[in-house]
Amino acid sequence: MSGSFLAVVRRDMALAWSQGGSAALGLAFFLMAVTLTAFAVGPAPQTLARIAPGMLWLFALLASLLSLDRLFQADYEDGSLDDLALSPLPLGFVVMAKVLAHWLATLVPLVLVTPFLGILMNLPDKAYGMLVITLFVGTPALSLIGAIGAALTVAVRRGGALMALLVLPLYVPVLIFATGAVEAAAGFADPLPHLAMLGAVTLVSLAVAPLAAAAAIRLSLE
Amino acid sequence: MHKYANPARFGALADRILPWARWVMILALIPGLWLALVASPPDYQQGESVRIMYLHVPAAWMSMFTYMVMAGAAFTALVWRHPLAQLAGRAAAPIGATFTALALVTGSLWGKPMWGTFWVWDGRLTSVLVLFFLYLGYMALDRAIEDEEKAGRAASILALVGVVNIPIIKFSVDWWNTLHQPASVMRMGGSTIDGSMLTPLFIMALAFQAYFVWIFLIRMKLEIDRRKAAVMRQSLRGI
Repeated sequence: MSGSFLAVVRRDMALAWSQGGSAALGLAFFLMAVTLTAFAVGPAPQTLARIAPGMLWLFALLASLLSLDRLFQADYEDGSLDDLALSPLPLGFVVMAKVLAHWLATLVPLVLVTPFLGILMNLPDKAYGMLVITLFVGTPALSLIGAIGAALTVAVRRGGALMALLVLPLYVPVLIFATGAVEAAAGFADPLPHLAMLGAVTLVSLAVAPLAAAAAIRLSLE
Repeated sequence: MHKYANPARFGALADRILPWARWVMILALIPGLWLALVASPPDYQQGESVRIMYLHVPAAWMSMFTYMVMAGAAFTALVWRHPLAQLAGRAAAPIGATFTALALVTGSLWGKPMWGTFWVWDGRLTSVLVLFFLYLGYMALDRAIEDEEKAGRAASILALVGVVNIPIIKFSVDWWNTLHQPASVMRMGGSTIDGSMLTPLFIMALAFQAYFVWIFLIRMKLEIDRRKAAVMRQSLRGI
């Protein structure tokens, strides 16, 4: 079973980084969004420093949303989702494998470049560590919750906008606790309560999302 | 419960309940509005604007209650495949969205004189806004999928996932201590609101509840008729 799980992970990561894959595009979007922010709010260092943690988190969230709407759709269109549903691996684990691959291929690179973007955004020194920690703890929840939306809209043509409407309200707790932790760290307060809540959000979505997404996929394959 | 899976039998039951719900609503609304708008005392701090409470609080209660009805219907639809459960969810969603919008608008109008601002990003306001988006998402998803049966089940999954927001709304005022006041009616150790204001509040809540039952049953019957019409149209096309 772990063999087929890893096979799905490897396949999806290879697809994400191949030509036309979404991983590089997500990264490019992230960089562009930061650049545009500097134009939109002006280059004043204090302004950028004030909004940097929230903006970087928001862009990571939007970048993940951008890549998530194709999470199941390509497989649905070419029929390989049917094969995956018939495989001995339970569909919930297939979802988990695909989410893991999405996270590793698309979101981990974003997390790794965030410190460099932090320099561009004049991020306060004390916030760097906590920003990276919250991204590592919180971005899996983005992939997991997004998988529910992607699975629900898999059979909907041009489901991207609909998926945003379904998923963004559910992203609110992630954003609140993540930016809460970074702000606390930047302001010499204790970030641990926020971080613990963020971890709880990730764990709850780890428990709920594979089940919900698998049920939604089974529905559209009927 | 499956006894009422038969639409005709459900329709008969609904027809028996409907007049009761309508009369309870009317009989509660008249004294409720009179007590709320005329007879109850103005607040010692807030003056007359406290009267917004008698609309705002029941609307906010109903926004959460309707979501729980929707989630219960969603659970029933997914687990027992009860044929009317999907219709119930579909019927409840716009009502809930309207109650939520009403709670947000009245709260905003109340906030301007009291807090000096129409809107703050505090926990209660934000989570109720999220609830509004969940209702919209449910309705959009329900409409986006062509097969009505599949659409109903997909929307049901979304409704169940969204239930996590309900405890966040309920406890947001205790977790984030900002502008919105903490729970003052349903709390440990009794209400902090005086009886002269509590009575009209509960009468108004009863009126809202009866209104919900009334409009919900009408919408259920409408959904059943709509489904019937769709089936008839299909069979006509078959000929």
